Amino acid sequence: MTDIAAPVKGQRDSGLDDATLHAALTRTWETPRGLYGFFATVDHKIIGRRFIVTAFVFLFLAGLAAMAMRYQLSRPENTAIGPDLYDQLFTMHGSTMMFLFAVPVMEAFAVYLVPLMVGTRNIAFPRLNAFSYWIYLSGGLMLWIAFLLNIGPDVGWFSYVPLAGPEFSPGKRADFWAQMITFTEVSALAIAVEIIVTVFKQRAPGMALDRIPIFVWAVLITSFVVLFAMPAVMLSSTTLILDRLVGTHFYNAAEGGDPVLWQHLFWFFGHPEVYIIFIPATGFISAIIPTFVRRPIFGYIALVLSLISIGILSFGLWVHHMFATGLPQLGQSFFTASSMLIAIPSGIQIFCWIATIWLGRPMWKTPLLFVAGFIVTFVIGGLTGVMVASVPIDLQVHDTYFVVAHFHYVLVGGAVFPLIGAVYYWFPKFTGRMLSERLGKWNFWLAVIGFNAAFFPMHFLGLMGMPRRVYTYPLGAGWGELNLFVGLAAAMLFASFAVFLWNVVASLKRGEVAGPNPWGGGTLEWATASPPPFYNFMRIPVVTHREPLWAETESLPVATGLRVDARELICGTVTDATPELRESSPENSIWPLLSAIAVGATFIGSIFTPWAVVWGAPPIAIGLIGWFWPKGTPEDEE
Amino acid sequence: MLVEPVQSALDPAGSGAEAILTLFWIFLGVSAVVWVLVVIALALAAARRRSRAERGAGPLAPAPRGEARARGVVGSAVAATGAVLITLTAFSYFTGKSLADAKADPTLTIEVTGHQWWWELRYDDPRPDMRFTTANEIHVPVGERVRLILTSNDVIHSFWVPSLAGKQDLIPGHDNEIVIEVAREGTYRGSCAEFCGLQHAHMGLTVIAEPRAAFDRWRAAQAAPAAPPQTEEAARGLAAFQQNACVLCHAIRGTGAGGMVAPDLTHVASRSTLAAGTLPFTRGALGAWIADPQAVKPGANMPRSELDPDELNAIIAYLEGLT
Amino acid sequence: MKARSVVDVSTLPTAGFGPKSPMWWGTLGFMALEGGGFVLAVGTYLYLAMIAPDWPLGAVEPDLLPGTIVTVLLVISVVPNHLVSRWARKQRLGRVRIGLVVMALLGILPLIARGFEFPALNVRWDANAYGSVVWVVLGLHTAHLVTDLGDTLVLAALMFTRHGRSAKRFSDVTDNAFYWDFVVASWVVLYLLIYWFPRLYNP
Repeated sequence: MTDIAAPVKGQRDSGLDDATLHAALTRTWETPRGLYGFFATVDHKIIGRRFIVTAFVFLFLAGLAAMAMRYQLSRPENTAIGPDLYDQLFTMHGSTMMFLFAVPVMEAFAVYLVPLMVGTRNIAFPRLNAFSYWIYLSGGLMLWIAFLLNIGPDVGWFSYVPLAGPEFSPGKRADFWAQMITFTEVSALAIAVEIIVTVFKQRAPGMALDRIPIFVWAVLITSFVVLFAMPAVMLSSTTLILDRLVGTHFYNAAEGGDPVLWQHLFWFFGHPEVYIIFIPATGFISAIIPTFVRRPIFGYIALVLSLISIGILSFGLWVHHMFATGLPQLGQSFFTASSMLIAIPSGIQIFCWIATIWLGRPMWKTPLLFVAGFIVTFVIGGLTGVMVASVPIDLQVHDTYFVVAHFHYVLVGGAVFPLIGAVYYWFPKFTGRMLSERLGKWNFWLAVIGFNAAFFPMHFLGLMGMPRRVYTYPLGAGWGELNLFVGLAAAMLFASFAVFLWNVVASLKRGEVAGPNPWGGGTLEWATASPPPFYNFMRIPVVTHREPLWAETESLPVATGLRVDARELICGTVTDATPELRESSPENSIWPLLSAIAVGATFIGSIFTPWAVVWGAPPIAIGLIGWFWPKGTPEDEE
Repeated sequence: MLVEPVQSALDPAGSGAEAILTLFWIFLGVSAVVWVLVVIALALAAARRRSRAERGAGPLAPAPRGEARARGVVGSAVAATGAVLITLTAFSYFTGKSLADAKADPTLTIEVTGHQWWWELRYDDPRPDMRFTTANEIHVPVGERVRLILTSNDVIHSFWVPSLAGKQDLIPGHDNEIVIEVAREGTYRGSCAEFCGLQHAHMGLTVIAEPRAAFDRWRAAQAAPAAPPQTEEAARGLAAFQQNACVLCHAIRGTGAGGMVAPDLTHVASRSTLAAGTLPFTRGALGAWIADPQAVKPGANMPRSELDPDELNAIIAYLEGLT
Repeated sequence: MKARSVVDVSTLPTAGFGPKSPMWWGTLGFMALEGGGFVLAVGTYLYLAMIAPDWPLGAVEPDLLPGTIVTVLLVISVVPNHLVSRWARKQRLGRVRIGLVVMALLGILPLIARGFEFPALNVRWDANAYGSVVWVVLGLHTAHLVTDLGDTLVLAALMFTRHGRSAKRFSDVTDNAFYWDFVVASWVVLYLLIYWFPRLYNP
């Protein structure tokens, strides 16, 4: 194995003063203004921000769907919304929240923050990153345009067969759902590979594995979970489309298929999916707490091992979604045990966080408020999770409003509250402005009170017999008062998001200007300007400690010797980030967009005819060849 | 007769629901304690008095005693968590086992087939003349174990009567099983609990538990063929029924009507509700339902009828006599 | 904060082979996710077999000839594949060019045989669940064969242009060879499943 000793080509950064270096690096790394820059950028920060904004748009759309549902359910036998529209609403609400908001927003924060936190100039495979965004956007647009044309899917976010099969769901509604899955899974898988390679190979010199911020560990582990879980849902959605389009019989009991097979394939993905959402959220918590209690996180090794065990264990729980399907009791008992077991590493994290707060000196700013809100709320969801892990209890509460309460507690309490806290925390870094603390406190209290008031009563509704996914309920059932109360409280929760949006919009223009490190954080993203320049770091930092900015008080150690006239970053060893290569990083390129258009058109076409795959192959091939064909720039030729 | 039917897991009347509720209270009690402890820990951590020296120190100031204490507390908390989870798992396992044991030796077997959006019930019997099919309303003898064999003709449904037992799914191609034992007489309401399409919300069912003697009388009456029409209007109703589309889907034993894809109407007037628990069985509701099922259950497989008012009234008169 | 230089990276190379190269890791990640997908497809096949009253369901076993030809061709191709990889590491441009042309041929030939494999399955995809799963498993692998062949053809073309003389290109060649190994290894498993499992399994 021979490496190539490089002759010293190109202009290097050694010996340049800051002003010259900034000018040269900006020229090399910038995304030019204008349409070409907009469509061809491969800058992870621009793409990450786009992803976040798009995901929040989907959050609001899904939230509006929820408000419509709550309005319909506020009275027994209400006739405001009929079953067809209602079924589309709850399908769109669940599918949008899970596939178009929750997973993408977590990925988006990873895309933006990981390169900054590990001290590199761009994410690995930047063109693939751009492609991921365009594919995600296309899938989301396809789904919502279908809904607005009244051909949106109406069989729930998990689309059980035979209801979603060709016999009972004629037309193309269920196919739009299935193909949206393909779009979003391709996007998520691509990002997972980028994150893994960025974290493994592009860390700043000296950032050994035990010096990586916990947030980076969290998204690294999540990326592995994505890698192994998403193929399951792609297989299930593809076989569903095949059953519907070309007459296969995977789920047709009359010809040797089995509806339960769908459930196995879907939930093999579906359970890890919720951890794909939750694990990065725990990463947010582990990033916010140290900064706001001004102390390193307690139990770093325990936290890392807990995250790894959660990632692995999450693959061993899926049958707990199927306890009512008539599977053998011994098998069910195994999944009860594994579902209980995962509570232990989750508990370890909570205890370590509380210990960190105890050992530190809290600053009760909005991010830390949302951490407290998270702990108080998520634990309720975790405890009802322990309840539904028990087969006998689950057989009563499965598919009722009790379970609706449970998963909203863990998703809103466990992922959305940390996410809002993360926005308050990193908004200054993304935009150079602080969010208003006053509005932040309003945001927080409306959210915590509104959420708990809206969802706690649902536990009772489920126990009192109310099933899920019902567009109305009988007058005599006695569920009317609680449903009305829930609807009003949901409006309060919605208001908290309106306050959040107002805070973001107002602060973009009028927020207090933020310096590089307004909160006094210790990790590398705070070592550069707010917002960061195109090139992230003037010189790549060298790391000797988990909290580099707390450890280095006089001057920051850096590496020099990279080119400034070409896009270069440092690649190192996996374990202790010893530098090995100067890797060239791709320039802006329009080919990811063009390829995404070709791929997207093929996916949409294949809803209508299998020949779309044949016709789509040449444009996709052209797009990919254009993407990978070397441009003749010096760095391609070394 | 309009009895307030019971539909709540918190109001058990069956042995299964009772066992589960007891287990639930145990889990709830433990959960409440755990949550309160976590909130107290968080509050203590937040409110701890920090000395001036501590407040002024840098973020990397060492705190060996504090950390040692934290390690001890966290370690104990983790151990306690493990112990609690093992205990709860054990309770759950024993409840599951007792529920499984309670399935032995049923005295009655009923086949339940789920349809979009109603329940087909077949009472089997060694004597062929005691077998019958009915819909949406199950009668069982109090205090005896009844086995229900569950399957579906179309999509996945789920059988759930919360006051009596946990639920089980009805899956095409599968035969699932549930055993219920009702401890006290009464009327219990259930709902389909797996999203099955447009009228999932209106796929209710009723379970009536009565003393053995009353149950036997009910069963004998159900096994008998349909009562002949008692009035001239009812006779015209039977004729109209047979000459219209009704017979394509519905069966009335003892007449020529032998449709298999909709609820059996042989003793429809003996049931307390209509359209799978959606409407009470009254003259007005019957009229509204037959005239326009789509107004009551949009998307239901029963089309709007093309009967003129006389025919409709006659059919209603006939059906009201099918006790 | 001011900066002080403590590490000088100016003499580091700009391309590496194997785990030194980020693209190698990307290739490995792709293999992991595709491999996971194959495992699930195999699992689906076995699930359907376990619930079936007989297997193959309503059909005779697939004919052995075309599938075995494909297997032989793919297994043979491992040898030139590894030779190309070794020459690429040594940056022997001439040999790499020849080797890639050979690998392109060794990608086209199995594809032709694959075309005969589908009808030799003796069942249509829409006949029953067995037909559906066996076509999908074969189809998944075919998709991988086609895309890796495409990759090989483009790389071969590249090596004949002025872009060929670069360490990066040689590194890409080794990554492509790495992926080809995966295409072959996954086929061996699927070959045993499609052709031999039905002959050996009795429900």
